[in-house]
Amino acid sequence: MTDIVHGDEARRRLEMKGIIRALGMLPVLLLLAIGFELLSGKFMSVNNLSIVMQQASINIVLAAGMTFVILTGGIDLSVGSILAASAMLAVIVSLIPEYGMLGIPAAMALGLAFGLANGGLIAFLRLPPFIVTLGSLTAVRGVARLMGGDTTVFNANLPFDFIGNGTLFGIPWLALIAIGVILVSWFILRRTVLGTWIYAVGGNQEAARLTGIKVSLVLLFVYGMSGLLSGLGGAMSAARLYAANGLQLGMAYELDAIAAVILGGTSFVGGVGSIWGTLVGALIIAVLSNGLILAGVSDIWQFIIKGLVIIVAVALDRYRLQGAART
Amino acid sequence: MSTPPPPLLEMRSISKTFGPVKALADVSLTVRAGELHALMGENGAGKSTLMKVLSGAYQADPGGSVLIDGKPIQSGDPKHSRAMGIAVIYQELSLAPNLTVAQNIFLGREPSSAGIVDRRAMNRATAPILERLAVRFGPGTLVGDLSLGERQLVEIARAMSTKARVIVMDEPTTSLSTREAEQLFKVISALKAEGVAIIYISHRMEEVYRLSDRCSVLRDGAFVGTLDRDELSAPKLVAMMVGRDLSTFYKKEHKQRDDDSDIVLSVEGLGDGKLVEDCSLAVHRGEVLGIAGLVGSGRTELARLIFGADPAVSGTIRIDGESVHSRSPREALSHGIAYLTEDRKALGLFLDMSVSENVSMGVLERDARRFGIRNFRTAARRAKGAIASLGIKTPHSRINVGALSGGNQQKVLLARLLETEPKVVILDEPTRGVDVGAKSEIYRLIDELASRGLAIIMISSELPEIIGVTDRVLVMREGRIAGEVKATASQPIDQERIMTLSTGPANDNATNATPDSAAAQQVQHQ
Repeated sequence: MTDIVHGDEARRRLEMKGIIRALGMLPVLLLLAIGFELLSGKFMSVNNLSIVMQQASINIVLAAGMTFVILTGGIDLSVGSILAASAMLAVIVSLIPEYGMLGIPAAMALGLAFGLANGGLIAFLRLPPFIVTLGSLTAVRGVARLMGGDTTVFNANLPFDFIGNGTLFGIPWLALIAIGVILVSWFILRRTVLGTWIYAVGGNQEAARLTGIKVSLVLLFVYGMSGLLSGLGGAMSAARLYAANGLQLGMAYELDAIAAVILGGTSFVGGVGSIWGTLVGALIIAVLSNGLILAGVSDIWQFIIKGLVIIVAVALDRYRLQGAART
Repeated sequence: MSTPPPPLLEMRSISKTFGPVKALADVSLTVRAGELHALMGENGAGKSTLMKVLSGAYQADPGGSVLIDGKPIQSGDPKHSRAMGIAVIYQELSLAPNLTVAQNIFLGREPSSAGIVDRRAMNRATAPILERLAVRFGPGTLVGDLSLGERQLVEIARAMSTKARVIVMDEPTTSLSTREAEQLFKVISALKAEGVAIIYISHRMEEVYRLSDRCSVLRDGAFVGTLDRDELSAPKLVAMMVGRDLSTFYKKEHKQRDDDSDIVLSVEGLGDGKLVEDCSLAVHRGEVLGIAGLVGSGRTELARLIFGADPAVSGTIRIDGESVHSRSPREALSHGIAYLTEDRKALGLFLDMSVSENVSMGVLERDARRFGIRNFRTAARRAKGAIASLGIKTPHSRINVGALSGGNQQKVLLARLLETEPKVVILDEPTRGVDVGAKSEIYRLIDELASRGLAIIMISSELPEIIGVTDRVLVMREGRIAGEVKATASQPIDQERIMTLSTGPANDNATNATPDSAAAQQVQHQ
């Protein structure tokens, strides 16, 4: 018994270490927050933080799905397009009298279907993820435009608008959903067999196959998950805007999601990383956007600064990890 | 006598610490011009660290010094080491497969004028070196088209082109065929005649006996001693390396069974339509069946077919008399067939994951609670059990498996197979890149598993090992099973016959005229 306890303790200690490593970017986040507070004097207000959380929430949801994919060594470029198509469907379904609430499950189902299509091509036809999802980035964008006849669809009486603009105990619904997604993702990755398989496939795909792991199932799952969460993101987006536009919505969202995952310390070749890191990464991006606006920085400079911060932050992280690996 | 000239290379009281770990403690090594100096020791004894200090990849702790012709080398400066004539050929080759031989040889120091690479000069300079190596390929051949053995020769060509005076070879023959190894040995003696010193790291005792002028042994980061050629003997070396006597290196205490009723796995007419053709075999409960043959004879390919890792186009596989169809490793495992890959890093381990995760990776589903939720308690128990029963040396089971030595990594991989409770275990080169102590432990383990009734197939390129461990040997040649060699009550397995079968009747004369290096050395070894 004592040994089992010892094992638990060792595990806890290691998990602490893992968390510390995952939160490696947390100091950057805090510094940014303090910096913006000093610059603008408005950043740290409850109201503003609530806005930041709302702005971050959709990217957190997408980035959580992206974390699954990147952990297997893949990439999903289609999340922004899937979000647009799902948002379109969410609004269209919401217009059905009596059954408007079905907009949410419909959006998620559509996202899941696109994700599984990506996953199927990657897992069974063994096509490279970059190419498959690059293709669906374009194709699904077309589908999104098709769905609304290339116009914006509205629903001023959206039945699930509370998600986009309401709060529960003072916390925005969007933020609650994002936190829920992070918790579920953590549970899957760290507490289930499937989660361990995801890390194994990312760490060494051929070894995983020879160990008897269902590699195809794992790949199908991660792309399905990414699609499902993009669908959820679509519903969240529709709920916030009371509208969806197939052409503009979700444009370049995949880049923010990927940036959040990479800022969070997840290895681009797979096998190493954590969902907590992704959360911090997504918050850094949101804080940057919000803070730069508050500080009155022009739109053009916002782009430049955001890009540079991502590069510098990851460079610092690499440097730090290298130092750790040496001992 | 007047003062003798300083030795070509002298390493004086070299220490190297990594954080709390002392990898090298006060090691001194003297290498003379024109000698082959073997460097031996178990994995983790500090051989590679010492060589990395020599090459400048690591900076030694203050207090030590490296001298060439009595002149000190700046520690931790690879460029300076190279300029002083030190070349290292690592076990993991560092060639770019998409470039030509000549481009690889001159990588980073291309002859050029005005920034434009002078290809012709490069090829011209490469040709005579390749000629001396007597290779089949030319300066313009793509390295990607070469065999592993040929790539090794390209590395040596690179060292020669830098006019290296000390060449370090780290396990150079691991991936070479016998013929390629012979070629390498010829090149080595030519280099020696020119006064080049070779530091030769190898686990293969036969090579060390045959080649070395002197042999130094490291153990646990410390220098144990240097033996002259005429002092070399297996018991002495092994004792120096492990610090204890290994009187029973191989162990064969299990009783062989060959009743037909004891057949666990039988394979008939298996083929992959490429290399493997019409292979049939049967293994009994409690039997260790060896598969010998040259590298490239299809041994690994056959094992992968049985394991379902590659698709078979013909043949049947029976387990306990029942025909099974394993289209994937997953199915094979469910039928009780397990396979230990020959390339544990690329195909076996999850190097970023812990020992514990690696051990239980194959049985996660079996151990899981409801809804596929992990049971970490069971995983910890399995890891603890494996560490104890296989003697895996690790501080705790949560350490990354990539941090362990080769022998311990191999045991972790073996533990993963055994956790699946297989009926048949196929071991592909189970002691490759594993030190002497761990080798002996793996042999014991194989014997113990056979005693417990497992059927074991062991593929190995080391004849003494095959003869020492197995009950019966199948020899493969060109994708087919060329014959069987059995031990009888009065006689052990005949290795001459294994050699003859593996090289084929057509080559019989050639084999006899120039006795195969492996065979010749192994006789010595016995």
